[in-house]
Amino acid sequence: MSRGWRIFLFVFGAAGLAAAFAALSLPLPGPSSLRSRYLEAINSRTVPERHATDAVSAVNFDYRGFDTLGEEFILFVSVSGAMVLLREGREQHGKLLPDGMARGREVAGSDAVRLWVLAMLAPKILFGLYVVTHGQLTPGGGFQGGVILATAAFILYLGDGFDCFRRVVPHGLVEIGEAMGAGGYVAIGLLAFLSGREFLTNFLPLGRPGQVTAAGTMPVISLLTGLEVTAGFTLLMFSFLQETLTPKEDIDE
Amino acid sequence: MVEVLQAAILILLAAAGTGVVLTRDHGQQVIGVSFFGFLLTLLFTVYQAPDVALSEIVVGAVALPLMVLLAHASTERHGREQRRRREHSQS
Amino acid sequence: MTHLPYFVAAYLLLMGLYGVTTSRNLIHLILCLTVVQAATYVVLAAVGYRPGATAPIFADISTHRPAVDPVVQALMLTDIVVEATVVALLLAITVQIKKRTGDVDPDRVDEFKG
Repeated sequence: MSRGWRIFLFVFGAAGLAAAFAALSLPLPGPSSLRSRYLEAINSRTVPERHATDAVSAVNFDYRGFDTLGEEFILFVSVSGAMVLLREGREQHGKLLPDGMARGREVAGSDAVRLWVLAMLAPKILFGLYVVTHGQLTPGGGFQGGVILATAAFILYLGDGFDCFRRVVPHGLVEIGEAMGAGGYVAIGLLAFLSGREFLTNFLPLGRPGQVTAAGTMPVISLLTGLEVTAGFTLLMFSFLQETLTPKEDIDE
Repeated sequence: MVEVLQAAILILLAAAGTGVVLTRDHGQQVIGVSFFGFLLTLLFTVYQAPDVALSEIVVGAVALPLMVLLAHASTERHGREQRRRREHSQS
Repeated sequence: MTHLPYFVAAYLLLMGLYGVTTSRNLIHLILCLTVVQAATYVVLAAVGYRPGATAPIFADISTHRPAVDPVVQALMLTDIVVEATVVALLLAITVQIKKRTGDVDPDRVDEFKG
């Protein structure tokens, strides 16, 4: 289909969609006046039933833990797919240059950036761990904290180049970590079978609301999810950096 | 007061979305996407969703632009190499 | 004015789709998909909001304070992180397309060579 026809068809369809949307949404009540029984049910039950003060994490890892398991596996599969797609390049080309850096391709990092990275690395890791472990108490959880920890690995590349990143982040260990994170979630769910309950029941002692060890399996699942998300993003960055920075053929030699 | 803030951020969001779509230059679009993610974070904060705001700011302002920039660099490098190879085979 | 979130979401959706249809670069196309995604976030955030309510974190407030909907936020939260990795997958496909066909123009990447 030619480009002109495609654009015409799109404009036609979009106009129709916009008209239908306007006709259907105007008689509706405004978004803030929609009644939701789920809201009252969960907000009143999170602290007494599960001893978790963060209702969103409780919904994510406890009330609807099965959906989060599915989402985590979407993440796992996407990372695996991206790695496979970018890995094919690694076998095609010749060896890496001796110190891993593509000749003339990396700009020498400035000292200001390096100093900043050095100063920010430890606070970042600490903050990421804090967000992961306190997911059931305050805003946070495995997903947010995992991405924060992954950015701690990224800024290593920004400060000192791909070679430093490669030496500090062991590829095999990170792969194992990702697998452990994804598989551990399923294992926690299966462990509930041992006490005769259903998959992913919260079977650990619930503790006092406000403590880090509250809410039973929630901190454990949060930790495993954080491990998986961190490892997944780090592997993604590794694959992208390797693909961008390693030479395929040396034409000018 | 909060309603005014929400309306303002929604309108800014529409403008930023238009900017992201209509920008053709690579580098400018990445900055635009980063700003768009930041506006989304503000929207989530104003709509009382701190968890989601945390998620969006790390992903939308750090992880996503970095990956897009690396993909741009990779495609440009492949373009250069393919052009060089073509010149080599022609000469 | 109370329907503004709906209209902004519809606008972002259509604008993003317009970007997808008229794009000349696959990476530009992928970023337009993130704009489409934002439309869903706007609708979900607006649907969960209650006027005068606070965030659903009860660490320092009593559970009887009115709070916004946590289920809708749970939906958005995992979605944001997962979509970042899906965008990474799409970018990896783009890099491979560039390597094989030498082109990132969606109008010209037509054939699927084995």
